[in-house]
Amino acid sequence: MTRITIGPFNRVEGDLEVRLDVEGGRVMRAEVTAPLYRGFEQILEGRPVLDALVLAPRICGICSVSQSVSAATALRHAMAIEAAPNGLLATNIAHAAENAADHLTHFYIFFMPDFAREAYAPHAWHEAARERFAATRGSASRDALPARARLLETMGIIAGKWPHSLAFQPGGTTRAIDLGSRVRLLSIIAAFRSFLETIVFADTLENVLALTTADELDAWRDGRGGDFAHFLRIADSLSLTDLGRGTGLLMSYGAYEGVDGTLFPRGLFGPSAMIEPLPVKQISEDVSHAWMRDLSTDPAQSSTIPDPDKAEAYSWCKAPRLSGQPIEVGAIARQTVAGQPLITDLVTRNGTNVRSRVVARLIETARLALAMEQWTRALRLSEPFCNASREAPDGSHVGLVEAARGSLGHWMAVRNGKLERYQIIAPTTWNFSPRDSSDVGGPLEQALVGTDVGDAGPRSVAIQHIVRSFDPCMVCTAH
Amino acid sequence: MSGSDGMTNVLWLQGASCGGCTMSILESGASGWFDELRQFGINLLWHPSVSEETGEEAVEVLQSVLDGEVRLDLLLLEGSVARGPNDTGRFNMLAGTNRSVYRWMLDLAPCADYVVAVGSCAAYGGVPAAGSNPTDAVGLQFEGADRGGALGPGFRSRLGLPVINVAGCAPHPGWMMETILALTTKDVATTDLDSYGRPKFVADHLAHHGCSRNEFYEFKASAETMSERGCLMEHLGCKATQAVGDCNQRSWNGGGSCTKGGYACIACTSPGFERRA
Repeated sequence: MTRITIGPFNRVEGDLEVRLDVEGGRVMRAEVTAPLYRGFEQILEGRPVLDALVLAPRICGICSVSQSVSAATALRHAMAIEAAPNGLLATNIAHAAENAADHLTHFYIFFMPDFAREAYAPHAWHEAARERFAATRGSASRDALPARARLLETMGIIAGKWPHSLAFQPGGTTRAIDLGSRVRLLSIIAAFRSFLETIVFADTLENVLALTTADELDAWRDGRGGDFAHFLRIADSLSLTDLGRGTGLLMSYGAYEGVDGTLFPRGLFGPSAMIEPLPVKQISEDVSHAWMRDLSTDPAQSSTIPDPDKAEAYSWCKAPRLSGQPIEVGAIARQTVAGQPLITDLVTRNGTNVRSRVVARLIETARLALAMEQWTRALRLSEPFCNASREAPDGSHVGLVEAARGSLGHWMAVRNGKLERYQIIAPTTWNFSPRDSSDVGGPLEQALVGTDVGDAGPRSVAIQHIVRSFDPCMVCTAH
Repeated sequence: MSGSDGMTNVLWLQGASCGGCTMSILESGASGWFDELRQFGINLLWHPSVSEETGEEAVEVLQSVLDGEVRLDLLLLEGSVARGPNDTGRFNMLAGTNRSVYRWMLDLAPCADYVVAVGSCAAYGGVPAAGSNPTDAVGLQFEGADRGGALGPGFRSRLGLPVINVAGCAPHPGWMMETILALTTKDVATTDLDSYGRPKFVADHLAHHGCSRNEFYEFKASAETMSERGCLMEHLGCKATQAVGDCNQRSWNGGGSCTKGGYACIACTSPGFERRA
């Protein structure tokens, strides 16, 4: 048995260390370490409740709006107020823009550059992949970065700036959108749609979303231009469907709240291949392998106190579990729970894997572009965007949202107008969790086991694909 | 341009960071940030979010700088330096190296012609230094408003400058890029920095200058809630009259700013803003 350590693991948000025990070129055991702890939960304790809106988004520069919305949602429950319907719509537009921008950043900047590596030089497709996707040099970044910047101009209109905005309040959003601003939003969203239809898909969004089975996707891919089909051809050449298989349990907290419910529903997808109600009360956090003191497994009751010299621990990340089980989260979980036909078919056939995780992100991006347009048109410009905040009486509340990378929750306890406790479970806390007290590894740890690294050892490209297929956000993970 | 080959070698590291400064600078450049860097002869030796090299390939890049094999023109750090626990830096290890980012910065900073703190965390400690400062987070050359920090008050980079602080949370992409580009032509002297190490081309302005709510300020017409018209200072604590930055003279994300967005300035370019948010 040989132990391999991989780090700094870059082209993820933040830093990551992966240790693999390898025998005969095959991974037998994996340990995933979040190497950064900043102490947000400790910092928030004792602050006035509204400070959560200033500090919590600063957990993460890539999913700052998600953090804002999670904090604002918990505060809305704490204040027992309703959000203005326009505020919910404007929040959804900005939140979808962030999540779609994150999916683009993942695809073009973090994930695809690995196919340009010299290790793939013998493959017939390598030269084209290198020209298009090589890190910092590929032609794709000249299309993708300006498209991302243009999409993020939604933030200039709704949120003042990005990342880190105070526009997302318990009662709605702070900037009233007028007619001119609505037209500017529609123009940005139209440009985004055009980018997706010409550069990413080489087809209309309607046609892409009409694909319902794996076979239809294969037929659509053949002979098609665009970067999505380019990825699918590489993925099939490398059999990425067989790489990084997930454990099968997927969840979504539900995403994009409206007056009549959420765009994507809340639920759990389990071994029965049915969508079940999500038992939110069964969420716990285990610290047996985290450098943290054991206080309470219930996020509504717990605090966070580091214990840097704890034996058996190997990460700053706690191990969240649902009814004692590790859960995979992200676009693939969200779209499976939402019953999106193509993603459901891919997951039913081959579970979650490197290929299907990437497909789910891009299919979701197409859905978001259409939803953003509808939300923008639905704004009632003569009505308010923000209802007034109130004092928050003592009590415990939770804000559950879906960030680009999956389920994000803020559990807060309020006492005398201050934050008595604050616990955050981020998407990558779920996906990249360490082992729990039953010695069950987190989703990535399990997905890595069995991977063939051959003679490449720490330079195995397969490991790179598996890790990045989850689109980890390590700054959120331990926060 | 720096160096005999005409290229400027830039190394970007992340400490106790949210990554938001990188997310901001990725908005820079009409044909993308990478193209913009190339247009100015900048060679990105390594950047944690965008470079191909990972694991031992990345460590080789850092080691080649320490060994003097590769010239380091600009060293940028995003995120605070977490010195804890007990000055070990273990709250923020550089993965795969068994060494903290704190130690890496102590070793790398003397190799660089210029050292740039990207964002208020790297400059002054920032958000991780809020509250009880659980990780003993500091800036590269400031601890809040006090000189000191990870590198100490006497540190000077190879060309004799203190750490250059591009403050902001997150900074405008233009603040970062203009600082980097001015350094490639060695157009920055100590006299171009204010007393907190910030480039004066940003710090000589106030967020209040150019605020679209200035008429409301003049006539003391105050907003009572964040979404209302009116000046945000009296009831909502807007700090724009004290906060440095040309925030309202530039466009953020195509036309925004905090006050245009309907909420108060929190002076994120100032040391210690996180303590009184």
